Amino acid sequence: MCGEVCVVVETLRGEVKDITYTMLAAGRQLADGLKTKLSALLIGHDVQKLAGQLGAADRVVCVEHASLAEFNPEAYLCVLSAVFEQHKPRVVLFGHTAMGTDLACGVAQRLRLPVATSCRMFSLAGGTVQYSAPTCGGKLIATGPLPEPTCLVTVMPGGYKPDEGRGGRTPTVETVAVPAGLDQVRTRFKQYIEPPTTDVDIAKEAILVSVGRGIQNQDNIAAAERLAKALGGVVSGSRPVVDQGWLPTTRLVGKSGKQVKPKLYLAIGISGAPEHLEGVPEAELMLAINTDAKAPIFDVAHFGTTCDALELMPLLAEKLKK
Amino acid sequence: MDIVVLIKFVPDLVEDLEIDAGTGLLDRSFLRLMPSELDDHALEEALLLKERHGGRVTVLTLDTGDVDETLYTAIAKGADRVIKLTGDGFDQGPSNQRIAASLRQAVSDLHFDLILTGTQAVNDLDGFVGALLAEQLRLPYVGYVTKVIAGDGGFVVQKEYPGGLNAEIEVSGPAVLGIQAAEKPPRYVVTSKVMEAMKTAKIEEIAVDGVTVDTEIAVSAMALPESGSHAEMIEGNVQQVAEKLAQLLRERGVVA
Repeated sequence: MCGEVCVVVETLRGEVKDITYTMLAAGRQLADGLKTKLSALLIGHDVQKLAGQLGAADRVVCVEHASLAEFNPEAYLCVLSAVFEQHKPRVVLFGHTAMGTDLACGVAQRLRLPVATSCRMFSLAGGTVQYSAPTCGGKLIATGPLPEPTCLVTVMPGGYKPDEGRGGRTPTVETVAVPAGLDQVRTRFKQYIEPPTTDVDIAKEAILVSVGRGIQNQDNIAAAERLAKALGGVVSGSRPVVDQGWLPTTRLVGKSGKQVKPKLYLAIGISGAPEHLEGVPEAELMLAINTDAKAPIFDVAHFGTTCDALELMPLLAEKLKK
Repeated sequence: MDIVVLIKFVPDLVEDLEIDAGTGLLDRSFLRLMPSELDDHALEEALLLKERHGGRVTVLTLDTGDVDETLYTAIAKGADRVIKLTGDGFDQGPSNQRIAASLRQAVSDLHFDLILTGTQAVNDLDGFVGALLAEQLRLPYVGYVTKVIAGDGGFVVQKEYPGGLNAEIEVSGPAVLGIQAAEKPPRYVVTSKVMEAMKTAKIEEIAVDGVTVDTEIAVSAMALPESGSHAEMIEGNVQQVAEKLAQLLRERGVVA
């Protein structure tokens, strides 16, 4: 694996997550450009059978143990550190997710390696690798070189199509023994807590009136609800609104919430930060209402207005009734 | 239970962010900084744990030049001790690696059962402070935490996954947790309480020096996002916009 490109596969409950395919697409681009191999590192229990789904890679390296069946940051960190201490790839890709980010930072620190986070794309120029990462709520894009000889990165979706990472090869499969020390980790997975099922499933709704921080306070949610009713849809929201308790977590659209594909997505007072946009990668029609003309949401929406949402919502609801 | 809360100051995104023509990087001359939102949640979670179990909450931040009000506000909310770390370049947007290495010096001298910080911040480019610091201290770390239950010698935390799924994870203390959301929205304190804290509380200062970081990520350039497309903006007063939107929705068959 030395000098290669390596993807740390993300699985959840026996399924390979989409971010893995985004990483494999990026990894394939890097490996081909650097004229080296692409490996996929698969950690878990009874996961070798997933190797066939990782066809974009040249080889799959499996590390299996009962204690790795569910994600455990410290246990996985123990495994990854042992693997990468022995073999130093050129680039290691992690998902920019609840799992990937726990691990990338730990490995970086333990092995004294640099880590570039929230990367969306990479490019190659004369043997050097450049990263491109949105930052500051998506208002800026940072670019720079990935340090040599080894650099870790966390990858966000959006720069590569997952389908490009599904490749048709048959990778060779190797197994590596777990390192010593796994039994001494101080962290233990207990159980999953399923999301509540009593509320509407916003992923199944055709029309979403989605509110962000710009809604300003809880009382204004009622206006969004009236508009949603006039449209025949439901209210959803971005992270800040849910964290304030103004909407339940079942209504969260975004990286940590639901991914939605509605016919109509009305983004009200939502700036369009990358974590939110991850939740609505394709809406048939997206309208954005935001008083900030420079909000990143306007780069993604089909139509927009800088009118005050609090004035516009009731008027629009009225006009729809006619 | 003694809890340390780490606060990082980040660019206020309400403001326009400018690129410095000379360096090609973020123009810091008129940049407004604010405490990272998720660090506010970390403080709230710490205060909730203090209310349940007693103990002390200590807040630590790197002095970026304008941190006092935030620290006095923390006192007003219920923190016991607030410390600002001074050092070279702390007001120039230090990298997370530098921040973690600087915090490590100060934290090593404190007694704590738990370190809480926001799981991430809007300007992170080279890792997350909490995760980096945890490994420097050789402590277990769990990020994206939305609930902390203190138990015997350890904690049971809820870690958030997409789609509303959570994992319950047990971790023995002392530990570092990256908070995604506190169990309740961060509390509000009235200005008069903050003013009172300014009169009675003391902000401790610790000088940090000799921090070397050899794993920096260089930023060659910062740019405004190029987008292939932009929304078609609907012009007019609010009445006209409402009319045009209603018409658009009918034309597209979204509504009857």
